[in-house]
Amino acid sequence: MKEKIESKLREKFPNAILEVNDFRGDLTFLVDKNSIVEICKFLRDDEELSFDLLVDLCGVDRAKRKDRFEVVYHIVSLKNRYRVRLKVRVDEKDCVVDSVTSVYPTANWHERETYDMFGITFRNHPDLRRMYMPEEFEYYPLRKDFPLMGIPGSLQLPKR
Amino acid sequence: MNTPQEHSQYKSKILETLLTKATDVIIEDTLENGMVLNMGPQHPATHGVLRLLIHIDGETVIGCVPELGYLHRGYEKIAENSTYHEFIPHTDRLDYLAPLSNNTAFALAVEKLAGIEIPKRAKYIRMIISEMARIASHLVAIGTMAMDVGALTVLLWAFREREKLQDIMDLLTGARFTTSYTRIGGVASDWTPQCTAMLKDFLEHFDENLDEIERLLNTNRIFLERTEGIGVISKEQAIAMGLTGPNLRATGVDYDVRRAFPYLDYENIDFNVITYTEGDSLARYWVRCDEMRESAKILRQCLEKMPEGEILAHDPKNVLPKKFDVYTKMEELIHDFMLVNFGLNPPVGEIYSSVENPKGELGFYIVSDGTGHPWRLKIRSPSFVNLQSLPLLIKGHMVSDIVAVIGSIDPVMGEADK
Repeated sequence: MKEKIESKLREKFPNAILEVNDFRGDLTFLVDKNSIVEICKFLRDDEELSFDLLVDLCGVDRAKRKDRFEVVYHIVSLKNRYRVRLKVRVDEKDCVVDSVTSVYPTANWHERETYDMFGITFRNHPDLRRMYMPEEFEYYPLRKDFPLMGIPGSLQLPKR
Repeated sequence: MNTPQEHSQYKSKILETLLTKATDVIIEDTLENGMVLNMGPQHPATHGVLRLLIHIDGETVIGCVPELGYLHRGYEKIAENSTYHEFIPHTDRLDYLAPLSNNTAFALAVEKLAGIEIPKRAKYIRMIISEMARIASHLVAIGTMAMDVGALTVLLWAFREREKLQDIMDLLTGARFTTSYTRIGGVASDWTPQCTAMLKDFLEHFDENLDEIERLLNTNRIFLERTEGIGVISKEQAIAMGLTGPNLRATGVDYDVRRAFPYLDYENIDFNVITYTEGDSLARYWVRCDEMRESAKILRQCLEKMPEGEILAHDPKNVLPKKFDVYTKMEELIHDFMLVNFGLNPPVGEIYSSVENPKGELGFYIVSDGTGHPWRLKIRSPSFVNLQSLPLLIKGHMVSDIVAVIGSIDPVMGEADK
């Protein structure tokens, strides 16, 4: 299964697959940020692979100068009982990724959560608001430079 | 966003979402009497602190925007600042109706990351507690769902059964709810003959007691009319919306993590994956009832097959030693000190591990940088994803159907808000 996915992806997207990794049986593809939607669409619609369920989507702050963030997608093929992880790298200066909501509608809330926690914006997202934090909150809590104790005064209390 | 203009802009943005998006239900010949109704966060039928903004026309729902975050405690941030062992008590507070299942899920994820093989007896104890948690959680699910549509007796009878399971959990773990029972590499305390006796006693009467509960509902005309054909979701939509667990299986997809990606010893256990094809509230209720019977079947097999032996893996660098050894032996004292202060040091890498929780697929995505703290820990909580389909399910139904649909999705806000 692993070889089949890899060869199909490399054949279809020769320049977009940057890295392939297999750790403890979890297959990971690092792919180009700009082609994530096409790759998801291909993986979902391919008859043989049919990765039809997006289980999880989240962000990771790597705390690096270049390519600070990663967005991680976990997709499952219900037919083949196989799980694959896709990753894209996002630079802090250009903190925008294409939204995959057109391919997987379930990504809607996951992307809102990622936007809320990391400040990564998703292009073409239908309803990009904060998921958990209040809308007037100015920080992104899961970034590594946000302190664990929070920032005093960042949440406005209601006036008496 | 501090100025009043920006605040009113935000308000109008929500209103715009309510009024324009997701409103392709056309109700012909209605009066011009649409309004926005605020339901929750303090509402008995929203099962916690879920807030719904509902756009209604008369009594028909034409749009819904769920607002989450009232129970957001930042567990993913806490995890980044605690060792793997320290995070176990926090997993109790995710799905607080089935804490044992969450403990198991987290321990399995860390063991996959660190490459720890656990003893067979620990695997069986974990399977038993997961299935006990599933029965306990499903009993609450059907009890509260029936209560939401007006049948209070079911809740009382379901809690009577659940109480027996809580007694076993109390005896086994020392706590009824915040169990924190699993350890990295095994479980905290051994399964005792008294637990076996109590569980056997519970299982002996469980099937007939469940029949009794079902008899209250299965031919109850009010219950059937309130749930049949309400909140229907098709197979394709359910997959697209990312539903998992009983909600997905009620649409006819036989996706169960226990079968699809077997963990513990589920490969050697005989059970059926329950599916129904209707995809409405009633089907979701039936899936839960039948799943409890399957869980009881698994429990019987586990009690039969459970081997004797150790309950903690022998892996001093990763697994906390027994307390007695810490006080009497030098090596163990050193290992205990290192594990408590610096944590276990898994290799650099990232894993995703998931289990079938009562609510659906609970996954942990852990990114490790080789130190004692996870660099990033993402909780894939089933309730969060399942709630997302709520606007789709209640569109076009009556206001009173909302409570029946929420009850049938069975969300737990502790998990949805993390």
